[in-house]
Amino acid sequence: MSYTAKDPEKRPLLALVDQASPPDVAAYERGGGFRGLRRVLAGMSPAEVVEEVQKSKLRGRGGAGFNTGLKWSFVPKETQKQRKKYIVANGDEMEPGTFKDRMLVEGNPLQLIEGMIIAAYAIQATHGVIFLRGEYHLGLERLKIAVEQAKAAGFLGTKILGADFDFELIVHPSGGRYICGEETALITALEGRRANPRTKPPFPQVSGLWGLPTVVNNIETFSNVPHILANGIDWYLGLSACDDGGTKLYGISGRARRPGVYELPLGTRMGVLLEECAGGMQDGYKLRAFLPGGASTAFLGAEHADIVMDYATPEKAGSRLGTGLAILLDDRASPIGMIRNLEHFFAQESCGFCTPCRDGLPWVEKLLIEIDEGRGTPDDIARLEDAARLIGPMGRTFCAHAPGAIAPLASGLKLFREDFERLVAQGRPSEGASPAQGHAA
Amino acid sequence: MPDVIDADLVETILDMAHHDVLPRGACIEAMKIVQDRYGWICDRHLKQIADLLGMSLADIDGVATYYNLIFRQPVGENVIMLCDSVSCWVMGTDGVREKLCRKLGVKMGQTTEDGKFTLLPIVCLGHCDHAPAMLINKEIYGPVRPEDIDGIIEAHREKTS
Amino acid sequence: MATIYIDGRAVEARNGENLLQACLEAGTDLPYFCWHPELGSVGACRQCAVKQFQNADDKRGRIVMACMTPATEGAIISVDDPEAKEFRGEVVEWLMTNHPHDCPVCEEGGECHLQDMTVMTGHRERRFKFDKRTHKNQDLGPLVKHEMNRCIACYRCVRFYRDYAGGEDLGVFAQHNNVYFGRYESGTLESTFSGNLVEVCPTGVFTDKPFSKVYSRKWDMRGAPSVCQHCSVGCNTILNERAGKVRRTLNRYNEDVNRYFLCDRGRYGNGFVNAPSRLRSAGYVMDGQMTPVPVAQALEQFAAFAKDGPIVGIGSGRASIESNYALRRFVGADNFSTGWAEPLHGAVTRAVDILRTTSARVMPLHEMESADCVLVLGEDVAATAPRLSLALFQTRRTACNKLADKNRLPHWLDAPVRTLGSDLKAPIHVVTPAPTDMDVSATQALRALPDDIARLGFAIANRIDGAAPAVSDLTEEETARATALADALLVAEKPVIVSGTQYASTALLDAAANIAAALVTQGKAAGLTLVLPEANSFGVATMGGLSLDAVCERAQAGQVGTLVVMEADLTRQLDASAFDTLVRSVRHLVVIDHSVTPTAERGELVVPATAFSECGGTMISMEGRAQRFLQVVYPEAPLQVSWRWVRDFAHASGHEGVLDWETLDQAVAATAAGVPAFARIVEAAPKADYELEGEHIRSQTHRVSGRTAIRANISVRDIPPPTSPDTPLKSDMEGTYTTDMPATLIPFYQVPGWNSVQSLNKFQQEIGGELRGGDVGVRVIGERGTAGYAGVAPARMALRENEVLLLPEYRAFGTGETSMWSDPIKARATEAVIRVGGDAPVARVSIQIGAEVFDVPAVNDPALPLGVALCPPHMVARSYEAPCWVTLRTISAEAAA
Ligand SMILES: Cc1cc2nc3c(=O)[nH]c(=O)nc-3n(C[C@H](O)[C@H](O)[C@H](O)COP(=O)(O)O)c2cc1C
Ligand code: SF4
Ligand code: FES
Repeated sequence: MSYTAKDPEKRPLLALVDQASPPDVAAYERGGGFRGLRRVLAGMSPAEVVEEVQKSKLRGRGGAGFNTGLKWSFVPKETQKQRKKYIVANGDEMEPGTFKDRMLVEGNPLQLIEGMIIAAYAIQATHGVIFLRGEYHLGLERLKIAVEQAKAAGFLGTKILGADFDFELIVHPSGGRYICGEETALITALEGRRANPRTKPPFPQVSGLWGLPTVVNNIETFSNVPHILANGIDWYLGLSACDDGGTKLYGISGRARRPGVYELPLGTRMGVLLEECAGGMQDGYKLRAFLPGGASTAFLGAEHADIVMDYATPEKAGSRLGTGLAILLDDRASPIGMIRNLEHFFAQESCGFCTPCRDGLPWVEKLLIEIDEGRGTPDDIARLEDAARLIGPMGRTFCAHAPGAIAPLASGLKLFREDFERLVAQGRPSEGASPAQGHAA
Repeated sequence: MPDVIDADLVETILDMAHHDVLPRGACIEAMKIVQDRYGWICDRHLKQIADLLGMSLADIDGVATYYNLIFRQPVGENVIMLCDSVSCWVMGTDGVREKLCRKLGVKMGQTTEDGKFTLLPIVCLGHCDHAPAMLINKEIYGPVRPEDIDGIIEAHREKTS
Repeated sequence: MATIYIDGRAVEARNGENLLQACLEAGTDLPYFCWHPELGSVGACRQCAVKQFQNADDKRGRIVMACMTPATEGAIISVDDPEAKEFRGEVVEWLMTNHPHDCPVCEEGGECHLQDMTVMTGHRERRFKFDKRTHKNQDLGPLVKHEMNRCIACYRCVRFYRDYAGGEDLGVFAQHNNVYFGRYESGTLESTFSGNLVEVCPTGVFTDKPFSKVYSRKWDMRGAPSVCQHCSVGCNTILNERAGKVRRTLNRYNEDVNRYFLCDRGRYGNGFVNAPSRLRSAGYVMDGQMTPVPVAQALEQFAAFAKDGPIVGIGSGRASIESNYALRRFVGADNFSTGWAEPLHGAVTRAVDILRTTSARVMPLHEMESADCVLVLGEDVAATAPRLSLALFQTRRTACNKLADKNRLPHWLDAPVRTLGSDLKAPIHVVTPAPTDMDVSATQALRALPDDIARLGFAIANRIDGAAPAVSDLTEEETARATALADALLVAEKPVIVSGTQYASTALLDAAANIAAALVTQGKAAGLTLVLPEANSFGVATMGGLSLDAVCERAQAGQVGTLVVMEADLTRQLDASAFDTLVRSVRHLVVIDHSVTPTAERGELVVPATAFSECGGTMISMEGRAQRFLQVVYPEAPLQVSWRWVRDFAHASGHEGVLDWETLDQAVAATAAGVPAFARIVEAAPKADYELEGEHIRSQTHRVSGRTAIRANISVRDIPPPTSPDTPLKSDMEGTYTTDMPATLIPFYQVPGWNSVQSLNKFQQEIGGELRGGDVGVRVIGERGTAGYAGVAPARMALRENEVLLLPEYRAFGTGETSMWSDPIKARATEAVIRVGGDAPVARVSIQIGAEVFDVPAVNDPALPLGVALCPPHMVARSYEAPCWVTLRTISAEAAA
């Protein structure tokens, strides 16, 4: 199948990924690994690295899509000797429906490590932390081995590859909370605190971990970096099918024939993903709607089934690319049940710091339960709409968790309006695919 | 469970503390390695970790109770975490849950009487392509069907008997 | 200044403040919860939402949190914007989803910030139809009650308790809408500042436990401005009264001193005014039994005593300066004693002399908060002047603020500023004989014996300025310490030296003064603070008088006919035999006091004085600030203020014309005229005839209920409200009350719509700034004196073979005199345990102090050198005050078992 074949030219990120047995240093180097780092340390200045990454139009793969090189450029230009700085990989990956970073750390941890070393050099960071989801036991094990190997091979530690550059890297398994994925919360977690998010400004690039300059990037983002430095900007821009650079790890979960992760040019169409990569819907199921990039993106209806999955197009359609891993809602599952499930997640994972999220989301969840179980009233729908309107816009809550929570609700209220109203009118629990029945089918 | 944390763990904790800007930076990992060995964090151990890291009990328990993966109550020999997030829901985690509860005779959040299993919900395990997903101790399962449960549970029961 | 536009109105905002402050200062009501003027902004509650517009063309605008947004030049905001209003209403609705509807039984009711804000936002209708989540409460000890279900998770409690006050045992637990604020487990809150939670919490989660036993709604209580009586800091308080009883103490804002917070001794120590230990009638005492007598008879008796020879009067640091001056005036300056025995007498006298003449600045508390280096020399400030230690702790925040300036962050942006300084210690250097509560937060804590601390101090001063007296035979270690500390002080811009009379060491005080003076010669804006033993020690020492030792000598020489002891318990100064000798060698002992002290029990004639809640007067704090307290209770005869007793004694004994005061104003004026140093005390508060807008100020709210019914058990007849010539406040609800009242007359804080203590913002000219009603108190010392160096360094303290050096271990709860008659403080005081130096485990000790032997529980403290022991003053031996040498026998842990 051409969409999954190993191809370092077209699918660099997954080229060496081997989930059964990830490449060791030798195998990684044989496959082209550490070329990027060698090039960097052989004579590039930190500023040149930042510039190259910026020009490659690599945008953050953690959900917000900020230009990575630009983010790095905000770090105060001080050398390693002048100030301690941190580079942090965000491998929290707790967003429901997202399972790409796991693949990268389990299948080729050295690629991530190389990306981090390059990034560290670019911002002159002295210390690196890989923040990994606590449940990723296999990933943790493999990362630890890879770090040791990289250290033994002289890619970590002091005077890396003979250059005047030291870098120490550790792995931190999370204590487990979705909010730890939010970059400032993640930093707070690394300080051994309750991981409530922090105000921006000051931005982490200026005052992050322990008040020191810190850059946080997603694991997939870092994994792109070695390839950019090894193969150049033009090559990287050429990988993409849109204005931004590179490939993207896309994914599908739900009632598709072959759910999974696929590396494709950034800007690939949803139709290609669903039909060609994932083999279309399972027999007897039709696509009703989907969340294009994780639980905190808004629903897109089936009419968008062939939407271009770049950064701009889903936004125009009222949603976001997010993590790029789509969750499918089929015609036999209850949309109200699905939203209820999502809001349960968001209410439970609220850090409890700010009011709209802490007290507003549980109310939303309770209303959804009420409606889902056939006790709802038209008033309840109105309350949900209030909540969507009042919590949804950015800036109402302390961090983006709550707006993320509202995205599927607000879009669902529009898209599945009839379902809501029918349920309320019927006064019976929601039918169709309650999940248990889903299995019976 | 010993009254005090084993010396080798204490050493690891102190070493981690030493490498952080403030010792407290090590507290989450400290609790996790202690939990790894003893199953959960009892009051005595919590106090000991707090002392090692120069934190107050209120402070460290505030951290402990913040995170999903730090247990402040005893758990069974096997901890089953069943994903209850959206992809698994679409794929039928509810049916698996019902089956699990019936099989073990417990509700979510409870431990079997024989102390063999604790059943907990967990948010998305990053295994959505193999939904419904389930984690038993450090082993991941998926897709899990209700009819697989008997076999999986019995296998674990044997392993730990 | 920046001009900002609030709903079209141009308003001046201070540079660098946030929009919430700007709105409040502009008189705009904008609801908030998590913001606190002293704790800054964190943006947790989302209550202060306003609409901000980019420019005049921007019609859509964007909701922002006012508390998190700087008030920049030209900022355009709308508070009235419908979307902002709707959002604020919804925030309250969210908060109310879990908040119980228990306002009728809630002690916060009627002065609840949440109630105010709910009304302000207009949330009225309950639409949340589900169950509320519930929590279990904890027992937090004798001072603070806990009702977690009322929590709205504003995080203020932990931010005050941990971040601001350095407490460790209050935390946040759990997550999402289950967050819990409390202790790890039930148990007494450890912080000395826990009572502030009552005022910091915007709802009824933390309430005043002792008050709850005598509870009354805020609007039903009379209020009066008062001054704390429990240490020399002089915090401002409000006392609340109903039905003749003081019900509680609240913080009263004084920009320079206590600002928003009190210590628990101050808040809960006033219970003595209602305690059974109160003396309520005049009487003769025979063999410890008192026989009440009518006042006229008591006065006749005094007249008879007066014929038996010279009268000597003993004043007191816990009485007002008016009362002290009255006594001195009556008996004559030569026959007036300060009430302190040596060496304390000498130490306090010297301390006040230093404060009056030092070339350094005697800093108010608030000014010290911005010090960049503090040297605490031989005083356990956390115990002897708790509120001062809280102020000093804020120097850590000042250090954080400096980092914030570098990073261009506003100081009110609390969390990032704290993060920047997360590994900072407070720039405090503590040098004390024994560990103190300040050690944990301090940069360093050094241990040395009192005389050695004095030596170190002299050495530091000499290092800073060679002209300061030198110390001979310094050891290498002493030199190194002195050099390091001198260097730390010299690199600071605003160094502050703190010491006090705890060890009754004049040398120590001289050393502190010399360091401060030396820093001044180096061009530093140096501050000096000396903690004194009592609330009005400054006043008494300024007047001056005999030491108790001198009085004892005179008495033994048969030169004392009548000894008049006013508001003092001599058994706290003299050991049992000395006291006994004194009592036996005077012909008559007359005691004026509000409580039955061991001294009163030995008096021949005893008369009941008012407590500070029942009279007015002036106290002078350790920074020379004269502050007036006003009466809130109208006591029944024969209780009267001490100076009136003195006056009546004077008249009865034929000294007409010496003291003809009828009113407090006359007493104040006479005192000001009689003691030149006190000339300015008349300005400390308006006179009793003060009127605002042609009316007196009322001390009751307009809503007070049951004014006649309250006395129904005595008589159902309507009686006129009580009056007093000593206060400008009217005792009832007739009269005026505005936010512009003189600051010294504010009886409570309340404005329409703002019933909680948060209404304070309406009384301030700017948030955290001066009150609209002007200054609070007047300083009786000049800006700066010209005193040079003084004193000589003592010899190194040599420990003895057969004796142990017993040092006083002051406690925030336990060693204070009047506070220990207050039940909540008694409940907080822990057992008197002697701490003995060395490593050997100890169970008990038996110590001989003077002629008495005490058998006391003990522990060993490896931080103390062998040959030294610590003993809480007045808790074992009543009199024991200063360092002294004692014989001490230890009973080891084994032997005890
Ligand atoms: C509630 C919440 C959860 C998040 N979780 C993750 C996550 O699990 N992994 C991640 O990389 N980014 C996550 N993010 C985004 C991060 O805050 C941040 O933008 C990202 O790590 C930056 O990396 P990038 O620029 O490489 O995308 C989350 C954001 C929010 C608001
Ligand atoms: S929106 Fe508020 S409560 Fe929710 S996770 Fe963010 S900070 Fe926490
Ligand atoms: S007061 Fe502004 S968010 Fe709480």
